[in-house]
Amino acid sequence: MRLRLEARQQPSQTMQWLSPFLAAVLAALGGGVVFALLGHNPATALATLFLAPLATLDGLTELGLKATPLLLCAIGIAVGVRANVWNIGAEGQLTLGAITGGGIALAFGGEGHWWTLPLMLFAGAAGGAFWAAIPALLRTKFNAHEILTTLMLSYVAIQVLGWLVHGPWIDPEGFNFPQTRMFADDAMLPVLLEGARLNAGFLLALLAVPLAWGLLSRTAVGFRLRTVGQAPAAARYAGFSANGAVWFSLVLSGALAGLAGVCEAAGPVGQLQPLMSPGYGFAAIIVAFLGRLHPVGILSASLLMALLYLGGEQLQVTLQLPIAATGTIQGMLLFFLLATDVFIDQRLVFTRGPAHA
Amino acid sequence: MTARLALVGITKRYGAMLANNDVTLSVAPGEIHALLGENGAGKSTLMKIVYGVVKPDAGVIAWEGEPVVIADPNAARALGVGMVFQHFSLFETLTVAENIALGLGSTQPMAELAAEIRQVAAQYGLAVEAERHVHSLSVGERQRVEILRCLLQRPKLLILDEPTSVLTPQEADGLFVMLRRLAAEGCSVLYISHKLEEIRALCTAATVLRAGQVVARCDPRLETAESLAEMMMGGALTHTSRPPAQVGAPCLAVTALTLAADEPFGTTLRDISLELRAGEILGVAGVAGNGQKELLAALSGERRAAAGAVLLQGQPIGALGPAERRARGLAFIPEERLGRGAVAEFTLAENAMLTRLDARTAPHGLLDLGAVNALAARLVARFGVRCSGILAQGRSLSGGNMQKFIVGREIDAQPKVLLAAHPTWGVDIGAALAIRQALLDLAAAGAGVLVVSEDLDELLEIADRIAVLSGGRLSAPMPVGETSVEGIGLLMGGAAHAPAA
Repeated sequence: MRLRLEARQQPSQTMQWLSPFLAAVLAALGGGVVFALLGHNPATALATLFLAPLATLDGLTELGLKATPLLLCAIGIAVGVRANVWNIGAEGQLTLGAITGGGIALAFGGEGHWWTLPLMLFAGAAGGAFWAAIPALLRTKFNAHEILTTLMLSYVAIQVLGWLVHGPWIDPEGFNFPQTRMFADDAMLPVLLEGARLNAGFLLALLAVPLAWGLLSRTAVGFRLRTVGQAPAAARYAGFSANGAVWFSLVLSGALAGLAGVCEAAGPVGQLQPLMSPGYGFAAIIVAFLGRLHPVGILSASLLMALLYLGGEQLQVTLQLPIAATGTIQGMLLFFLLATDVFIDQRLVFTRGPAHA
Repeated sequence: MTARLALVGITKRYGAMLANNDVTLSVAPGEIHALLGENGAGKSTLMKIVYGVVKPDAGVIAWEGEPVVIADPNAARALGVGMVFQHFSLFETLTVAENIALGLGSTQPMAELAAEIRQVAAQYGLAVEAERHVHSLSVGERQRVEILRCLLQRPKLLILDEPTSVLTPQEADGLFVMLRRLAAEGCSVLYISHKLEEIRALCTAATVLRAGQVVARCDPRLETAESLAEMMMGGALTHTSRPPAQVGAPCLAVTALTLAADEPFGTTLRDISLELRAGEILGVAGVAGNGQKELLAALSGERRAAAGAVLLQGQPIGALGPAERRARGLAFIPEERLGRGAVAEFTLAENAMLTRLDARTAPHGLLDLGAVNALAARLVARFGVRCSGILAQGRSLSGGNMQKFIVGREIDAQPKVLLAAHPTWGVDIGAALAIRQALLDLAAAGAGVLVVSEDLDELLEIADRIAVLSGGRLSAPMPVGETSVEGIGLLMGGAAHAPAA
């Protein structure tokens, strides 16, 4: 008996939706194996990872907090991928958004202006958009692929932040720790629940879900983007600009990532530090694909990924597992998603008897 | 006499569709046997079964009286089956001899092979130079390379799939001479074509397929083109009717357009001038690869030229893009359907928007799904598109129905000028008829229609004037009444670039 992959006549709608769930289950099982190999009871470890964070109200608000940057970044990435523009440098755009928004907070925070926070958000989005506009320019003028340029610019952004917090923006009263002053209260996002860290940034991220859905499925711009992504020759024939799609989707996703950055700075972090994100911008790539590039799917996927971050912290605290355990499960999630996605276009066939020549 | 190839009860099922249903067919040695049928009738599947690409679900293949299993194309070639596909598989950067060596898997020294190529080429009157690089060959020459590659294996059965669609009439005549010589030597030929006149001229037997089944066997020499078409369609043939048209003012004018090729092995357009008048159909004939793609791109706006080089109703549009030209009344039916004229993954409703995003379907940039769906439903109803509904994916439609949808979408836009590239290529007879009629009606309603086609019969049927594109140059158009197939054929071969009087 042999196993063989056979092309389906039509892509399977069932697998299209089932695949992310299968991937999540397989990643959990794979995680269990890893925990067992590390000498822990896999059931306890998995419960710590996936269930413990959901048991308390505090855990749920933390879930929303962690989902916020993931959701914002992933929605931008997904809009880009639908147009076949691959922004994998959301991490850098997020970092730049934190710098520009944080710069406003440091300059005007505490002076009591009503416009400080709105200006910070705008500056954060503009900073991320600017950082993503560089790859857009390189792509449209010099045909340099955005996969490389967005990724490389991420590291540049992190170096810029490092230079700022070690040098010009360092807190003079901070015992030479590489970080800025804490933001003043009027430069902080309002919290949604007394005593929790969940803030208004979560609402902004939730707002992005219907807006992105409407953009993609109910506007001419979104239709043009999808056409450029799906069939470039058809887009040329229709007269939809491929360069326009590159600019639009990179600037949009950069702005969303930048917004995520300033929300981190003006939210849970409250200042600028050398690292503003534990890889939210990169994890968001997984979130975008796990959510099937659909805004509603991405919302669910961002919550799952946020759970992994939270559960990972719990594992560190209670089982003394390294933070790499979280990364391992994230990686397995993407790996299993790619594997189960194979079955969207193909199916497994059992054949009896010897192979034909 | 034992049949060279006998197929008995061949059945092949793809999911719910029976591609071949109990097909029985027999080819005698030295016979030129036509396989006729509309698109989707099962001709290609049957030939793939004979060539070992596809395995039948049931049925027997007998080769010279012996039942055989043809597991793969190597086994088919070992038996003596050669096949010339519609789309060539040649490496453009290699020479003719190198391509043939690759195809044969031959280890013999190149000089020896080249000598053999020359000898076989001379034997069958195939003008091919073994040392030439394939990219420098015309389409007709490339086909000769493909045929030569088969002949070097001394086939007993040669299968040709639509071989004349890329040839000038003179080249086609040359091919027929070669095939008759081959048949006289005892080689059988299976000939797939939808050009009924050439089947009547060439073939001595015919098997007609419809919906996967054999519906008729006949001697095409004793039939008329009309009776053959009726066998294929299973019904009486209707004709296009040409409504009287008033030829009016020029609606599209091209003046001295020169445009360098934008890709390797592309064609440079040289000094092209043409004038299309309202109410007329101008046919552009020519063998593929002589600048058709480039001319259409320059007219549709996918490639820009000097503003004044292209005038639409007197307004310079040469520097505008496709969407801007469309807004000014230019519509375009492209050569490729899925991927260009329509998106395979989009629904028909979305595909309707592709060229019809305007104030009605997308006021203020927001899609009006009601208006979009109404448009798609209107196109489906008005042009008889067979589909499961306007939410059917583009890929689920047959080629002919997708083309009817695209043609309908462009005509429904009520353009002042319509460009149509190979509008009925690969479309079954019924749909082709409907498409030609739609083009005639549009012209009668006062639009100018420019049709680029390799199908000379089609151009002679619907065009008022015909010009020939050859080597990137366009001949002066001639009224159809004053042209002959021979005259156009000579121009297609590049015989005369001098403008006709």
